[in-house]
Formats: sequence, structure tokens, C-alpha cells
Amino acid sequence: MFGYTWSELSSIFVMQSFSGFSLFSVLLLMALGLAIIFGQMGVVNLAHGEFMALGAYTVYLCSEIVHKHIPALAPYYFIVAIVAAFFAAGLVGLFVEWSLIRFLYKRPLDTLLATWGLSLIMQQAFRSIFGAREVTPTLPDWLMGSFKPSATIDIPINGVFVMGLTLLLTFGVWLFMFRSRTGLQMRATVQNRVMSGAVGINTKLVDRFTFSLGCGIAGVAGAAFTTIGSTGPDSGSRYIVDTFLVVVFGGTASLLGTVASAFGIAQSQSILEFFLKGTMGKVSVLTLIVIVLMIRPKGLFASKVRS
Amino acid sequence: MNKVYTRIFAGRVGTLNLAVVAVLLFALLPATLDIFRLNLVGKYLTFGFVSLGLVWLWGKGGVLSLGQGVFFGLGGYCMAMFLKLEASDPITTKIQSTPGIPDFMDWNQMTALPAFWIPFKSLPFSLIAVVVLPTLVAFILGVAMFKRRVGGVYFGVITQAIALILSLGIDGNQGYTGGRNGITDLKFLHGWDIRTQHAQYVLYFITCSLLLLMILASQWLLSGKMGKMLLAMRDREDRVRFSGYDVSAFKIFTFCLAAALSGIGGALFVLQVGFISPSLVGIVPSIEMVIFAAVGGKTSLYGAIYGTLIVNSGKSLFSESFPQLWLFLMGGLFIAVVVLFPNGIAGICDTIRKKISNRKKTAPSSVAGKDKRESVMLGELSAPALKGEK
Repeated sequence: MFGYTWSELSSIFVMQSFSGFSLFSVLLLMALGLAIIFGQMGVVNLAHGEFMALGAYTVYLCSEIVHKHIPALAPYYFIVAIVAAFFAAGLVGLFVEWSLIRFLYKRPLDTLLATWGLSLIMQQAFRSIFGAREVTPTLPDWLMGSFKPSATIDIPINGVFVMGLTLLLTFGVWLFMFRSRTGLQMRATVQNRVMSGAVGINTKLVDRFTFSLGCGIAGVAGAAFTTIGSTGPDSGSRYIVDTFLVVVFGGTASLLGTVASAFGIAQSQSILEFFLKGTMGKVSVLTLIVIVLMIRPKGLFASKVRS
Repeated sequence: MNKVYTRIFAGRVGTLNLAVVAVLLFALLPATLDIFRLNLVGKYLTFGFVSLGLVWLWGKGGVLSLGQGVFFGLGGYCMAMFLKLEASDPITTKIQSTPGIPDFMDWNQMTALPAFWIPFKSLPFSLIAVVVLPTLVAFILGVAMFKRRVGGVYFGVITQAIALILSLGIDGNQGYTGGRNGITDLKFLHGWDIRTQHAQYVLYFITCSLLLLMILASQWLLSGKMGKMLLAMRDREDRVRFSGYDVSAFKIFTFCLAAALSGIGGALFVLQVGFISPSLVGIVPSIEMVIFAAVGGKTSLYGAIYGTLIVNSGKSLFSESFPQLWLFLMGGLFIAVVVLFPNGIAGICDTIRKKISNRKKTAPSSVAGKDKRESVMLGELSAPALKGEK
């Protein structure tokens, strides 16, 4: 078949499905934060990619500081760096909500333009601070290398790490949104703002917190990406369309939809990229998504709510 | 005559606006700028067509497309394919392994012209395709989306994805499209060398005239029932629908019109600049085109020209001398326009004009008619706020 032997083909299958899973976790990580900000709050945050880049740069900064001043901690810094990335992106998100987003909740199209402007400013800020070249943090040794279950199968550890982190984060977000009191307040505010206010929820505070949480998750996603690739000032903008498509394709208000659409997009993209040359795999996946969205504008898992 | 005056020239204010723009474009700029700068202005004005389309689509129709670069690119590629075929006749390309096909095809080991290139050997076909192809694509997308009442943010995200698809698709098929470098080395339009200074002057004036013509045509369309319908739709879409009108048909029309205008702009861009590439199709140029319209004032037809000229001149001025600052400035511009000046330059001008006319107001009865018109304009200004409440 296609000029490969069966054992080669099965190895290809294992590695391709692994790379599909790896892309799945990447897409899901990117989309989780946006599923909260866009899916729940309805804020079109085109600067979402830049919050990921912010997380990635935070990890880079931590790596530089640790390796220069306290090299003894080098094997363990990465865990702390992820937490730092969460708080850095979250705090910037808090500031952005306070200074910009809160004025625009009723004007979604204008939010889109304003956050694009914000993304330009953040990109240039990255460029001015960290330089135009792409940077890579020095990764601890336990993240390098790969498993070799057989001679032809090769599974990188950093991919497994990203997958684990994705699972953990998705579970955490689900736990928070559906099992915690704050999550309950968040969902209540989204469903009926006036009524939530009437029962004593401080909706403005909830908005600010929700936005900041989404940005924080974007920061963690960015931190995870440093294990896979390098970070440049415009890394974020490369992800933004995919991220939005994952959220829209899954149906904006549904966390399960986001997971399912990330899975579907990732698997089809990694399979098509193997059989089609270069960017055409991605082009066909995007085209497919757009066609599906034209037929089902509310996405796969649309919640049946009158708007 | 009176009807022409009110409908096409939009009365006294409209005629004044036209006169100012005409003096600026036809006299002031050609007299003060050298041909290199004037050619740049001509290039910016081709983006003005896209902004004008966005004024229709976004300002009047209430739908924001983040993929206008797609239509600009389609128009541009149609024009560029004709010019490229003319530039690669068998005699000038005789050193290639397959003479008579564009050079980039030869580099990509292609031996024959792809079928979809063949009709572009004809100038009339290419010129028609410049308008019809973008319109057709917009029509298909518009029917698919507006009939299902996809609008607002979803429409923006989907059109943005389409911009990404087209730019990646062009980029990935180097043999058919010229790939990332685009289609370059365009020389003659039906034997007329478009690279000479004389040709650049002529093309500049053609661009200006066409742009102003399109604005007058837009004013004529908007002064009729179309304008009233669009205004009604933007303010209370469901009421228009319940009155028995097909709202989606009007949206499809504005989307097609915006696409056709962008296509014309793209073709004129190719003629003046001499190349087209996917870098003019993708996400970033598409969203920049939105900011041109936003800075000028998204409901103002003439604002589209000013917005395009100001942002683009600012861009080349700043990126020449302070490349570091430019992105900060551009980002700040996006935010400032949205938060502080939702109606752009046109909004600021209206406020100033109103202040002056209020100060002049000595006998209230004599300006009653004018006030009425202003209240209509005010209604336009407050419309986005109304829409946002939905």
C-alpha cells in the first residue's frame, strides 16, 4: 500500500495519530482560554494569541533568570514558570479588561478592532523588549528526548508533557466552571446578567475575573508551547485564526464542543498534511470548517438558546 | 437638474465635499508631489475602493467583513494574470525550457499553461472577471451566510478564515499562482507600457476619477429606497423583516457591491504597482483595510478616501523614520478610533460643523430645515449604539 510495508504503515499510523493527538492538545490549549472569553463572555479577543506569547516569554524570562543566578534549581524551574506564566498573563488581562474591554461589552464588532490594536501594541512591545529574533528557554533534561517502543516508532516526551498538561487544564477548567461557586456565578452572569445582579452577584467583578482567567489560561498554553517550538513577537498572531475556528466550530457556549472540535480538526489536519503537500492540508481543513460553519452556523454543539 | 443635485451630489454639503476632494486629488497632490509619491498616493487610493466597499458593508449594512483582502486579491490576480501572459510571449521568454508560459511556471517545471489561465489571454474577459469574479464569490458566501442569518462576530471570523485560506492556497501552489512572491514583472497593458512616468500619471487620474465616480454612484443609490432600507435594517433589523422585506437580500447586495469595488481596487493596484502577492490577500491587510474605513468614519463615503490616505501616509512616513513606533501608533489608532471616535474623521467634522452652525444660529426659523437634516445625521451617529444593545 502506497509503497510501504505493513509494519512501516502501522508505525506511520501510530506516529501520525500521535502527532494528531499532539496537535489536538495544542489546539485545545489555545482554545480553552478563548472558549471562556469568547464562548462564555462573547468578547472577541483577537489579542488572545499575544497572551499566549506573553506566557511563553514569561517562561523564557524565568529560564534566563534561573540559569544565570540559581542554576541548582534548573531541573525544577519549569513548573514554577508555568504558574508564573498563568499569573503574568492573568494580571495583564486584568489590566486590559479594566482599561479597555469593560467599555466595549455591548459593541462586539468594536471589541474586535480594539483587541486587534492591542495585539499590535503587544507584538511591538515583545519586539522592543525581547528583540525580533525567536527565543527558546533552556528546557530541563527530563523534557528532552523520546520514547522508543519499537525501532520505527519515536514519541517525543515534550509532546506527552503537553498532552498531560492539556488534560489537567481541561479538567481543571471543567471543575472550576461546573463545580465551584465562582464558576456558577460566572455562568449565571453569562446567562442572565440582570437577574444575576439582582441576586447579589457583582457582575462587573465576575466579568473582570472571567476575562483575566481566560488570559491566564492562554498564558499557560503559551508556556506549554515553549516545549515544542520557539517564541517570536508574532507567534501569537499565527495561532489566532485556528483558535477562533476551534471555538466557533465547536459551538461557542459549549466546553465539550470545543474539545470535540479541537479533536476533529487536529486529526483531520494531521492526516491530510501527511497525504497532501505543504500547506494544502491546512487549506483543505480550513475550507472544510468554513463549509460546515456555513451549513451549521452555530457550530457542532450549539446550545439551544434564543438570542 | 434639482433631482440630480440632491440625489447624486447629495445637496450643498455633498457638493462641497466633492469639490474639496476633487481639488485635493486632481490639483493639489499632482502639483506638489513628484511622480514617485504620486504613484504611492495612487496605490493608497486603490485601497480607498476597499474602504468605500466597507463603508457600504459595515457602515451602511451593519456587517463587518474581515476578509476584504480576498476580493481585492481576486481582482488584482485577474488583472495580473492578463498582464503576466502579455509579458510572457514566446519571443521574450525564449530562454525558458517552455517558452510562452509565465516565468514562475517554468521555474516550477510546468510545461503547459493551466486551463484556468487560458481565458485571461483576452483583455475584455480579464476586465470583466475583475468585477464579476469577486462579486460571484461574495454572492455565494453571502447567500450561504446571510440566508442563515449568520452575522456579527461569526461573519467576521469566517471571512477572516477565508482570507487565510486564500492566502495560504496561493502561497502553496507556486506553479499555478506564483506562490509567495506573487505575480511580478508586469510590463504592458495591450502594448501600452505601464511602467513609464506618463502611464503612471494617466493611471493615477483614472484611479481618482473612478473612485469619485463610485462615490457619486453610491450617493445616488443611497439617496433612494436602498439607503432608507439599509438605515432601517441597521437600526431595527427584525422590524424590517417583520414588515415583509428580505433582509438577507439587501445584505447580500451590499456584500457583492463591496466585493466588486474591492476587485476594481485590486486591478488598479496591479496596474499602478506592477505586482500582486498573497501578502495583499491575507488576514493582516484585510484588517488594515477595515481600519482605513474606521478612521475615515465608517458611515462616510468621502471619509473612506481621507481615512485611507491618512493611515497609509502615516504608515509610510512612520515606518520610514520610526519603524519601532509604527506598530504602537497603529495599535493605538485602532483602540482610539473604537473607544474615542467611533465615527472617525467624519464624526469629528460633523461635530465641528454642528458647533459652528449652532453659534451662527441667530434666527432659529431660518435654519429649521437644516436642523432636520442634522437630526437625521444624528440618528445615523447614534445607530451603532442602538445596535449594540441587542
